[in-house]
Amino acid sequence: MEASADIAPKVVKEEKQYSYLNLGPTHPATHGIFQNVLKMDGEVIVDSTPTIGYIHRAFEKLAEHRPYNQITPITDRMNYCSSPINNIGWHMTVEKLLSVEIPKRVQYLRVIIMELARITDHLVCNAVIGVDTGALTGFVYLFQQRELVYEIYEEICGARLTTNIGRIGGFERDFSPKAWEKIHKFLKEFPLVLKEFEDLLKRNRIFMDRTIGCGGITAERALNYSFSGVNLRAAGVDYDVRAMNPYSSYEDFDFVIPVGTNGDVYDRFMVRQEEMWQSLSIINQAIKKLPEGPYHAKVPDFYLPPKEEVYNNMEALIYHFKIVMGETDVPKGEVYHCVEGGNGELGFYLISDGGRQPFRLHLRRPCFIFYQAYPEMIKGSMLSDAILTMSSMNVIAGELDA
Amino acid sequence: MMEAAAQERLISVVNEKFEGEIIEAGMVKDFFTLILKREKIVDIIRHLYHHAETQFQYLTTMFAVHYPDQNQIAVVYQLHNLSKNQRIRLKIFLPADNPTTSTLTKVFAAANWMEREAYDFFGVLFQGHPNLKRILNVEDMLIFPMRKEYPLEDQTREDKNDLMFGR
Repeated sequence: MEASADIAPKVVKEEKQYSYLNLGPTHPATHGIFQNVLKMDGEVIVDSTPTIGYIHRAFEKLAEHRPYNQITPITDRMNYCSSPINNIGWHMTVEKLLSVEIPKRVQYLRVIIMELARITDHLVCNAVIGVDTGALTGFVYLFQQRELVYEIYEEICGARLTTNIGRIGGFERDFSPKAWEKIHKFLKEFPLVLKEFEDLLKRNRIFMDRTIGCGGITAERALNYSFSGVNLRAAGVDYDVRAMNPYSSYEDFDFVIPVGTNGDVYDRFMVRQEEMWQSLSIINQAIKKLPEGPYHAKVPDFYLPPKEEVYNNMEALIYHFKIVMGETDVPKGEVYHCVEGGNGELGFYLISDGGRQPFRLHLRRPCFIFYQAYPEMIKGSMLSDAILTMSSMNVIAGELDA
Repeated sequence: MMEAAAQERLISVVNEKFEGEIIEAGMVKDFFTLILKREKIVDIIRHLYHHAETQFQYLTTMFAVHYPDQNQIAVVYQLHNLSKNQRIRLKIFLPADNPTTSTLTKVFAAANWMEREAYDFFGVLFQGHPNLKRILNVEDMLIFPMRKEYPLEDQTREDKNDLMFGR
């Protein structure tokens, strides 16, 4: 017995050594300020700890110290890839608190703007997925189209990225003929570009091998993590605020809610791609059905009177002064309003105690909620898959950190 | 929007197991709101999660509100039943001096960071939370900045002087 024990090979016990890798805070591949401390076994991620808050700007606290119309620019800086959705979501929240009836034309114009914003949001995200898989071409090509949308914003509100678009009650002016011209130009050119981009990646063997089965999540886990937007729909749950709780006349339009099955990077890419087509269709429907009428509701307490009246009319001057100085009292109330943002359910929970500023404004930021699933999603995957997972989730640092 | 019948049904589902826990129930604008006693909130949410008639299995959001006049901190939960498209809001009130409640992380994974945020900004302690640390603010911060007693800008700061900011 003893002799055989000598012959048997000795089992050499190896201590497993993990290495730790700091991914971020300012890593070019994370597209924003995110830090992840990764515990790695070779190239496989064993565990990760995300740290957030690098660009926290205390929006909720700031909002408690500002009049309502001055909060709109704060919302710009959340999801800055689709700021018009944030702006309009905020306007609608205040309108809900004030119980203002919004003219149909305003609602349709808002739908057009919001869908344009959704297109830019999805377009950036999908283009970046391309970059992270090694295809820079699509990115450069699609960014030209984003430029066209930004020019439309510019024509409507004068700004490009942080738009501050519209006012409480509607728009500051009607869309100019130039703006319409640009919208029509975009609607004509963009489908061709989008088609070409889709052809580039959709059935591309390399892209499919790289993205299918990467960074997946089951519908059950996604729901438990309160996923919303594209990330939830890619996992197979057809929850879309636009369909479930229609706002701004979304019930007037026909559109399909695309869903995926695996919740992986490829599904998220495809859902976004299909949503862009749906957005285009919604814009076309809205333009076709666009009713005549005023471009703003009658809310003199919040909507600035026309300049010529301010100089000639006592009442207009008073309203102008009160709005600019932030001296409008708002009725007491508590409302929650949510819109389908670029990356999920964007909610505003507003409590007013009758003062000039909100008593409390809570922002339901979709990124903040679904980003906590990130460690679970990348566990056991390669480092390069982790990068891809993050970019496909459309995590925007501005929204994450508020 | 919830119909009156659905509201009554919901109240009876809560009362089935948790008689006397509801302090107030009613519509706040378009949202059905229940104000509950603080002790059994997590059990009630778990009950609403599993009960065949309610199935509130999606946590939309959760956050805290400070009411300095009543010296209370409210914790608000918003739940959503995605198949019936019903939304409800649950509220509990905690004393601001010692805001302690139990964690919801065992029911909803999403509650993890939401609770950390409520702790970070309001100092609400969630017992049983796996990792109750500050999330957005720096870890060595001493105050809970969203409480109403703290002004927007920290008046004690000395690193911002007139020379740098022109004021």
